Amino acid sequence: MSIDTQTARKVAHLARIRVAEDELPALAGEFNAILGFIEQLQEVDVDGVEPMTSVTPQRLTRRADVVTDGDQQDKVLANAPDAREGFFAVPKVVE
Amino acid sequence: MPELSQLKIAEAREALRKGEVTSVELTEACLAEINAAGALNAFVHDTPDLALEQARAADARPDCGALNGIPLGIKDLFCTKGVASQAASKILDGFKPEYESTVSRNLLEAGAVMLGKLNMDEFAMGSSNETSVYGDAVNPWTVGDRRLTPGGSSGGSAAAVAADLCLGATGTDTGGSIRQPAAFTGITGIKPTYGRCSRWGIVAFASSLDQAGPMTKDVRDAAILLQAMCGHDPKDSTSADRPVPDFEAMLTGDIRGKTIGIPREYHMEGMPDEIAALWAEGRAMLEDAGARLVDISLPHTQYALPTYYVIAPAEASSNLARYDGVRFGHRAALDEGDGIAEMYEKTRAEGFGPEVKRRVMVGTYVLSAGFYDAYYNRARKVRALIKRDFEAVFAEGVDAILTPTTPSAAFGLGEMAEADPVAMYLNDVFTVTVNLAGLPGISVPAGLNAQGLPLGLQLIGRPWEEGDLLNTAYALEQAAGFVAKPARWW
Repeated sequence: MSIDTQTARKVAHLARIRVAEDELPALAGEFNAILGFIEQLQEVDVDGVEPMTSVTPQRLTRRADVVTDGDQQDKVLANAPDAREGFFAVPKVVE
Repeated sequence: MPELSQLKIAEAREALRKGEVTSVELTEACLAEINAAGALNAFVHDTPDLALEQARAADARPDCGALNGIPLGIKDLFCTKGVASQAASKILDGFKPEYESTVSRNLLEAGAVMLGKLNMDEFAMGSSNETSVYGDAVNPWTVGDRRLTPGGSSGGSAAAVAADLCLGATGTDTGGSIRQPAAFTGITGIKPTYGRCSRWGIVAFASSLDQAGPMTKDVRDAAILLQAMCGHDPKDSTSADRPVPDFEAMLTGDIRGKTIGIPREYHMEGMPDEIAALWAEGRAMLEDAGARLVDISLPHTQYALPTYYVIAPAEASSNLARYDGVRFGHRAALDEGDGIAEMYEKTRAEGFGPEVKRRVMVGTYVLSAGFYDAYYNRARKVRALIKRDFEAVFAEGVDAILTPTTPSAAFGLGEMAEADPVAMYLNDVFTVTVNLAGLPGISVPAGLNAQGLPLGLQLIGRPWEEGDLLNTAYALEQAAGFVAKPARWW
């Protein structure tokens, strides 16, 4: 498995990280080094092994489906780069 | 009494109880040391006014908590109410949480004083504290004029404790980020069993691996600080609802009859002689203390690092999706006509450093359609096998496992700059298995190498048996008798 510039561009877009066109070859090279390293997992016999979901065998605890928190709009918005009239403000999403 | 900032937590606790010292005096001594230690770049957000206010409050209510009046440093990964908490990342520039992480709240409720926030690798991704937006933290230990890394990701915590800028510090450990820096700086650090410490309010890196833990001047202090940090928290669904024993009371130093395993797979090819020699000495020390040493096998060890470098980036790519320039932190300046996609892409390109971007993108790749089974699911299966390896040896009666903490002593800052990212990842070769299996692991300083740099030994315990593990570490600490301190140059 080898990653080319095209794949690197696609992954960067999926991750929503802008990468300049001239940096893509170096990025593809780094991906290949890392993927080459993890490639050795292919040699492990994992037949019949369940993929681990939780390291401690525990059921996630449940609680009553009731409101336990809220009514703190000012705190929620306090760190927003752009908040207006009680909302997060973002560039136009719908034309 | 030694200089106040050099006190261990247990010593300061005793002096406070006897009225020989006040929390304000302790805190002022630490603040003075922090001011004089700018060259270490360990503390990155100082909170002297808050610290003195907390110290005065502690003095006014003597002996109300286990840590009453004890000045500590807090890793920048912990959200602290009203105090900058940015995980050493530009993308959280200016972020001041409206809430307190459960672990730091537990410490404050036990009476502790927070001196400030500590340097670290960006989002805890790194083994040298060189990926921090604040710049490198520097190891107080040196070889001549060569400046060394304190390790990572909890490099600021390690440097601060080793240089006596505080009495103890919090760290977090996803692949070795408490234990490796502890080993590089001659201090003690324990990562408890997954679920022991609440992850609520700690900036998430890889949620199935992250655990908080203490970094301290000795094993007793580690027991005291861990006690105060851990406990059940309904706000973290993976927090364990089980009693926390009195760890300090379990420090008897008596390990007669305990069975300690030496895993043959940790004899890595090319292991430096000084590391192999230290490991052999550790074995002899535990044997002399009455433990039974047995050779064991953990056959999937060699696959731990590649497993980690699938699972951790996968979880990181998901966790770090929240940094989108909308709710907190940095947002890129936009050009005319830029829409929401440009805002995300430019914000994340500007806000994340190179290592974080690399890991987010690797994680995105291994989770993407067509590769999910080949990489991510396979890694989760190998992880199950790695855990099974440990379960098998514990079932045979092994109480703890002894290994080196790191494959080398601290290396020079900048020395790995040209290396492949994978070369840096190898730092975690002995520690990462412990996170994958969710076990407790502790690093204890055990000797100096030929250049006079500290080296650590790691003990790995059974799940939930931190008390027993700390006691074994206590016996090792007594046998090793490590008392060296870095010569002050800062």
